[in-house]
Amino acid sequence: MAVFSRGFTGRRHEQNDALPPGQYLTEDFPVLSAGPTPKVPTDTWQFSVRNENDDVTTWNWDEFQALGPEEIHTDIHCVTRWSKLGTSWRGVSLDRVFEKIDTSFEYVMASSYGGYTTNVPLADLLDGKAWIATEFEGGPLDPEHGGPARLLVPHLYFWKSAKWVRGLQMLPTDEPGFWEQNGYNIYGDPWKEQRYW
Amino acid sequence: MTSTWKVGTVAAIHAETPTARTLELDVPDWPGNLAGQHLDLRLTAPDGYTATRSYSIASADSGPRVQLAVDRLPDGEVSPYLVNDVIVGDELEVRGPLGGWFVWRPEQTEPVQLIGGGSGIVPLMAMIRAHEAAGSTARFRLLYSVREPGDAFFAAELAELERSSEHLEITWVYTRKTPDGWPTPAGRVTPAILEASTISAAENPTVFVCGPTGFVEAVADILVELGHSSGSVKTERFGGA
Repeated sequence: MAVFSRGFTGRRHEQNDALPPGQYLTEDFPVLSAGPTPKVPTDTWQFSVRNENDDVTTWNWDEFQALGPEEIHTDIHCVTRWSKLGTSWRGVSLDRVFEKIDTSFEYVMASSYGGYTTNVPLADLLDGKAWIATEFEGGPLDPEHGGPARLLVPHLYFWKSAKWVRGLQMLPTDEPGFWEQNGYNIYGDPWKEQRYW
Repeated sequence: MTSTWKVGTVAAIHAETPTARTLELDVPDWPGNLAGQHLDLRLTAPDGYTATRSYSIASADSGPRVQLAVDRLPDGEVSPYLVNDVIVGDELEVRGPLGGWFVWRPEQTEPVQLIGGGSGIVPLMAMIRAHEAAGSTARFRLLYSVREPGDAFFAAELAELERSSEHLEITWVYTRKTPDGWPTPAGRVTPAILEASTISAAENPTVFVCGPTGFVEAVADILVELGHSSGSVKTERFGGA
């Protein structure tokens, strides 16, 4: 049963079909990170994928850009309840990355410079649903927003879009990453409000 | 557990700053919380429209009393209602406690450096209170940055703790206006201030930094330059960049 808040009317411009339940619109770009922002120069940046046979496929910055970045227009939703609609990014589709990877495992642990980890099922990274993003709104991605490169999985809550991403590890089963061990949902669908466990 | 909404009744309200106040809620089925955790607070309009925001918890008690300290954001939807409109006896829905990273537990014995900017003091205050309540002898140091003296949250309680506590040291930084007779001019936190007034990396403290994004970014960068390992610096930021 709802408890009504005496005298509260709210701001109705926030009603919008693009807004998942329990979210509000923001125009700025809040920063949420568990620790200091790592500073990763692109000339030493590497990105790698490790499969079940411990085969590691590694790209440096130029090799990775050669996979062919694309423009991305998407809405993003943070578990702390802000959403940002119509954001523009540029990044490499993970479909391009996984063309090079031989795996039958169905789960992925993403890891970052600085030690952050997050888990995502492989199916959520394929078919045009996820990217390694290197630009935001026409410029290089700022370090506090995950630059030089972050995972972008916009159909899940934004903690899944690991900042400062450096690699993906293929896993046979779903295992919790950093925030997933610290109170957040294992999957994180904003339309089902899968915020916490 | 955390997934269910609970009804809290506003039991007491006090002003903290010209734009912020403390709300004490009695939440009968509150399971208790760790120092540093937050909760979700939900407002519901007569037609069912809801707005939910997360707030840090200033208390770390085992009982049903939960203390929040809320700063009014100029264009906020929920905070102006909490700061301007809520009165004692009102009911507010909360869910939590939430978050398992930015927390301090009384069984921790290592030195702890707290660094807060503005309303970022709130979860740090919960840690200070938990530290006092537990009689912990772990070394605690707080560096609290505010624009001017009137912007300090929990000013009287911090002054009393500064006088009475054997295990807590407090350093104040005023960014725009200092108290009369203050020995140094107003200004932002610098590497020199952090080096002189915080627990050094050599002592392996756990460091908690909370405040506006720009403040936390600047402080965390300096801490890393001063030799703190990234993993020992826990941050909580609010606002855009």
